[in-house]
Amino acid sequence: MLEPVSQPECGLVAEVVSCDVFAGRSRKEIEELEVYAGNRRRKLGDFFSVSGSAADSPEETRIVIAGSVERTKWIGRGMSAGEIVVEGSTGMYTGAWMKGGRIVVKGSVDSFAGMMMDGGELVVQGDAGDYLGCAYRGEWRGMRGGSIVVHGNAGSEAGHCLSGGRVTVKGRAESFAGVRMHSGLLVLGSAERRVGAQMTGGSIVVLAETELLPSFELIERVTSPEIEGVRFEGVFEVYAGDLAERNAKGRVYVKVE
Amino acid sequence: MSLQAPERLEERVVVRDVGCTVCGCLCDDIELEIEGGRIVQVRHACAMGTAKFLHATGDSRLRHALIREDGSFRRAELQEALDRAAEILVDASRPLLFGWSETSCEALRVGIKIAEEIGGLIDNCSSICHSPSILALQSTGLPACTLGEVKNRADLVIYWGANPLASHPRHLSRYSTFPRGYFRERGKSDRTLVVVDVRRSETARIADRFIQVKPNSDYEVLTVLRMLVREIKVKAERTGGVSMEELKELAEMMKSCSFGVLFFGLGLASSSGKSWNVSAAIKLAADLNEHTKFAVLPMRGHCNVAGTNQVLGWQTGFPYAVDFSRGYAWYSPGETSVVDLLARGEVDAMLVIGADPGAHLPRKAVERMAEIPLIAIDISHTPTTMLADVVLPGAVVGLESAGTCYRMDDVPVHVRQVISPASEVPSDEWVLEQIYRRIRRLRG
Ligand code: SF4
Repeated sequence: MLEPVSQPECGLVAEVVSCDVFAGRSRKEIEELEVYAGNRRRKLGDFFSVSGSAADSPEETRIVIAGSVERTKWIGRGMSAGEIVVEGSTGMYTGAWMKGGRIVVKGSVDSFAGMMMDGGELVVQGDAGDYLGCAYRGEWRGMRGGSIVVHGNAGSEAGHCLSGGRVTVKGRAESFAGVRMHSGLLVLGSAERRVGAQMTGGSIVVLAETELLPSFELIERVTSPEIEGVRFEGVFEVYAGDLAERNAKGRVYVKVE
Repeated sequence: MSLQAPERLEERVVVRDVGCTVCGCLCDDIELEIEGGRIVQVRHACAMGTAKFLHATGDSRLRHALIREDGSFRRAELQEALDRAAEILVDASRPLLFGWSETSCEALRVGIKIAEEIGGLIDNCSSICHSPSILALQSTGLPACTLGEVKNRADLVIYWGANPLASHPRHLSRYSTFPRGYFRERGKSDRTLVVVDVRRSETARIADRFIQVKPNSDYEVLTVLRMLVREIKVKAERTGGVSMEELKELAEMMKSCSFGVLFFGLGLASSSGKSWNVSAAIKLAADLNEHTKFAVLPMRGHCNVAGTNQVLGWQTGFPYAVDFSRGYAWYSPGETSVVDLLARGEVDAMLVIGADPGAHLPRKAVERMAEIPLIAIDISHTPTTMLADVVLPGAVVGLESAGTCYRMDDVPVHVRQVISPASEVPSDEWVLEQIYRRIRRLRG
């Protein structure tokens, strides 16, 4: 259990908050873990009061952050197993490069959550910032596996360069959701314009009407389809795209009834 | 390069081939008449360039260092101001060095050294202008060319979301449209000029063809053009307010020219869609290269904004928004870029050089600048210096100090020193080097 005591204004870089790192460490050792406040090297114990004890393996380790840590970045970076529960909101890069295990954020996450994710599960009960489940800058293959579920809204470019796995935004996603996506499944409650721009593969499901680019072509109407292994109830229009790209095999399903 | 101030020039002289360090055209054919150390006549430059040359030796220059005390400035000894600047940077845990577009690559090189030494952040103006273009070229590539190639070869010149007659006054006359080139002996008569914009700008008025798009629909228009070039059927009758007929004609023009170039401005890179607009333009040019030779170039604004991306690129691996807080270079626009950093209140000290963020950043970012210790290096007072705690005078690169700047097409141009500096410092590079030395001393 980590109780936030103070949060530095300049932001806290704390990728050590991960079940892989905590497992097998004593409370004292966890307090001593290195974090960065700007360019200053500090200890995790300077910003959180640590209680409880970690299990021996990451699988059995459960970390609870009892409050909001909006200025703490990189929580759960590269985590392979175990569970992190955050009772408030988190900063940027939550669950980036995650490989397994589960992160539940009861508040909201800032931008770049689930960046380059490979496996595991990220659940956000509030909203997500921009670049949810995106690729690292300059990389053209993004998230490759695992699942992200956001119960609220997401910023722009959710599922940017998605190359596998599943991203669900129950609320509204801002523009360019699924931009340049290659494979995988992106489900959006509703979406602002330019969904699936430059996509070459994978499927996007939009559960409300949306304005598609002129490079998407209506190919059929289907009822209660199974898309990438998931069944969706209702009537959907199926669009192929993005036809401005070469060999584009992407599909956008727009719910009409 | 010497870091000593030269002797004052007293006689009346004419200096030729001076570089103009104002806009990205970086014209290097300016002629100056100088008398008693003052510029009395400027030839070949546009109005913007002329104004800068005349201002350089005018009365409004910052000549001395200033330190803010109890809310107002007092004149300070240079040494004292340099000491103070170094202390501010060493004390900060998330210092940001910002600007660089109007200074030399040599000065920036010292800036990067400082950023690395103090574990700070370094960002430049492209963060708030052409960063979408940079993100696009990182993810898509860039079929570019030099302005020399445009002048000698281009028979189709397109400006998209740019109004060079106002922003880069000599761009058309010196590089793109009017000059006689090796394969374009008749100048303008051998070229077709097309302007795509949301309004009929000055440049649009002299164009052979003007295509007006609805604001924030450039991405759709470019997407349709890409499809037309690749002969993919398009169902829509109009896109972004433009008829299919017009778009087909434009696509045909692009395919049938012998050397085409598309210059895009912030009208494309900063409107809705941003980097994806630019990426669509780049992909369009890439597709066109199956039919003809086609290039894309961003209309970079300041004289050395392109150089900052070059120097940061070869020194750190990243073109802007570089974070050294953990000892190595980390790059993540959206996190490590100036507006985001200031608006989130992460930055706790800032040094500004060769830019005026006080006038150009969003209000929330400027409010943060006012809260934190701020060092400004500039040649005259600006909204930024008004917020500063320490003001250090600079020297105009290409006039009062020598150095390297990169033209908008990434061609480096060495600009010379022509007159002695109006201020008490020989160059921006020298000022930064003094700060660097003090930082080293303070950090032991
Ligand atoms: S076009 Fe630009 S570089 Fe050339 S003279 Fe005018 S301001 Fe100077």
